[in-house]
Amino acid sequence: MKILVCISKTPDTTAKISFTDNDTKFNESGVQFIINPYDEWYALVRAIELKEKDPSTIIHLVHVGPAENDAIIRKALALGGDEAFRINSHPGDDYYVAGQIVNLAKEQHYDLIFTGKETIDYNGSSVGGMIAEFLELPYISLATKFELNGNTATITREIEGGEEVDEAALPIVVSCQKGMAEQRIPNMRGIMSARTKPLKAIEPVAIDPLTSISSFELPAPKQGVKMIPADNPEELVRLLHEEAKVF
Amino acid sequence: MSVLVFLDQAEGHVKKSSFEAASFAAKIAEQTGTEANGIVLGEVKDDLQSLGKYGIKKIYHAADAQLNQFDDEIYTALIADTVKSSGSNVVVLSNNFNGKAIAPRLSVRLKSGLISGAVGLPDTSNGFKVKKSVFSGKAFANVEIKTDIKIITLNANAFKVTEGSGTATIENITTQIPRRKVNVREVNVVKGEVPLAEAELVVSGGRGLKGPENWGIVTDLAKALGAATACSRPVSDSGWRPHHEHVGQTGLTIAPNMYFAIGISGAIQHLAGVNRSKTIVVINKDPEAPFFKAADYGIVGDAFEVVPKITEAVKKLKGQK
Ligand SMILES: Cc1cc2nc3c(=O)[nH]c(=O)nc-3n(C[C@H](O)[C@H](O)[C@H](O)COP(=O)(O)OP(=O)(O)OC[C@H]3O[C@@H](n4cnc5c(N)ncnc54)[C@H](O)[C@@H]3O)c2cc1C
Ligand SMILES: Nc1ncnc2c1ncn2[C@@H]1O[C@H](COP(=O)(O)O)[C@@H](O)[C@H]1O
Repeated sequence: MKILVCISKTPDTTAKISFTDNDTKFNESGVQFIINPYDEWYALVRAIELKEKDPSTIIHLVHVGPAENDAIIRKALALGGDEAFRINSHPGDDYYVAGQIVNLAKEQHYDLIFTGKETIDYNGSSVGGMIAEFLELPYISLATKFELNGNTATITREIEGGEEVDEAALPIVVSCQKGMAEQRIPNMRGIMSARTKPLKAIEPVAIDPLTSISSFELPAPKQGVKMIPADNPEELVRLLHEEAKVF
Repeated sequence: MSVLVFLDQAEGHVKKSSFEAASFAAKIAEQTGTEANGIVLGEVKDDLQSLGKYGIKKIYHAADAQLNQFDDEIYTALIADTVKSSGSNVVVLSNNFNGKAIAPRLSVRLKSGLISGAVGLPDTSNGFKVKKSVFSGKAFANVEIKTDIKIITLNANAFKVTEGSGTATIENITTQIPRRKVNVREVNVVKGEVPLAEAELVVSGGRGLKGPENWGIVTDLAKALGAATACSRPVSDSGWRPHHEHVGQTGLTIAPNMYFAIGISGAIQHLAGVNRSKTIVVINKDPEAPFFKAADYGIVGDAFEVVPKITEAVKKLKGQK
């Protein structure tokens, strides 16, 4: 059993969002970077749990990004995983990232590829589906539960207003979200062993991104809140009906 | 050249989010001087011709029972074939659960750029740029697609449904349906509830409600308004409410017409998932709660006293018993 977990790097959830260079670049100054929560809490931890059940499981991590992101990959390795690959490039767009990961997957032949539901900065929710299409594999998006029985996976995924239970034979691609696993904190042993785990930088293949970000904007600030006294809730209802016209 | 919109159905009925996608597609067609067509997969009970009122000229319909159950791989194959046979150069889908599964596949299959989570019409004055939501609703990016075919998924409630008087023509398509690799064992959908992702009105509760036994005040107000219910992360983490109600940076991102927050402090990760809502109402007993800074209307008070009165006032206004 060989699992690939896709790890991306995102600004911390409390980071102040602002832009520089004429609103064409995210302002990284003073911003803490973390492993994308969906990748860490759900995709990686679920893979680790599968290895705990079947110790012969091999977990690879992959990240598409420059050398400065090695620290993030080591953090992921401290939680678990046997070996990591960093595809040495600046991630162009989701298509570019997926194409690079696919190139690795074609050499390594994974039984299972886990991604996060989405990156919390770009919110593409696309890389997993793209990998699946490149490799002509089934894709279970937005999974909340994952169980393995031999070569067959039983996966629960979120759908409008509920959930669906699917069954598919490996190999498959799964995008992971809340419910898959519980967040873990790396322990000292994990942190120590992460230092010596193999982290290989590999060169990217030539792929042209299909999209590019031309600029960023911040939403217009709110006009300011209208406060209504607590003893007059009818007034709130009147305003919602007549002024905001929400119902 | 034309625009093709994927019209998603569930149990034989075209989804509301697809009306938004159809109106959006029609507007793009108008803007670029072409036509908007739709594709429907599976058997439907609705009158598809009437979808013409959203500006759709022709509907490609594959009315095969094997397509009633969604499958992203099969749907992708059929949509991609239709994009090619109809010569479409813009493909529109809803940024919902199904759209998120199909759009990335289509992007690879057609080797065409994808923008997911669009919040407005494309700017075609110089290239093809679409504004999309990024940083979980905290900002927008203008993204350019460089390929001939452009794929866009539209965020829920981001584009107003426009109704006219047209009638669509129907073209039945019959094709070889690929083998299904994923077997659907169970589908569990909560009936009769407004699905949160596409709800226009949402009433949400936080830890300020103290426990699941107190949720009646939230659900009563939601019922009176015809709203969906949501909650903050600690509420779903504690099992007070189901996981799918969790909104925020690590939950669902929503942008309803109204978001009504009860006993929620307004942490940055919570705001990220809801701050694009058109009108935000906050009920909190703490006047310093950060949520008030992001709100349009607010009441400082005890939810247990204030909310039932609001529900009464709503019922009175709507003439409900
Ligand atoms: C990486 C990360 C990701 C996160 N993602 C999310 C996310 O996606 N969504 C999310 O919601 N949170 C998220 N959080 C958690 C977030 O930081 C907050 O802890 C959480 O939103 C707080 O929930 P709350 O407002 O319900 O509870 P609290 O912060 O405990 O607030 C309760 C509020 O209720 C008020 N209150 C108490 N009693 C009453 C009463 N009787 N009447 C009226 N008001 C009352 C209080 O004044 C207080 O403001 C995330 C955190 C991290 C670190
Ligand atoms: N640069 C990257 N390197 C490795 N994996 C990535 C990268 N970007 C995105 N991913 C994976 O793809 C998922 C979805 O990302 P996105 O489609 O960009 O929202 C993430 O949760 C990651 O698991």
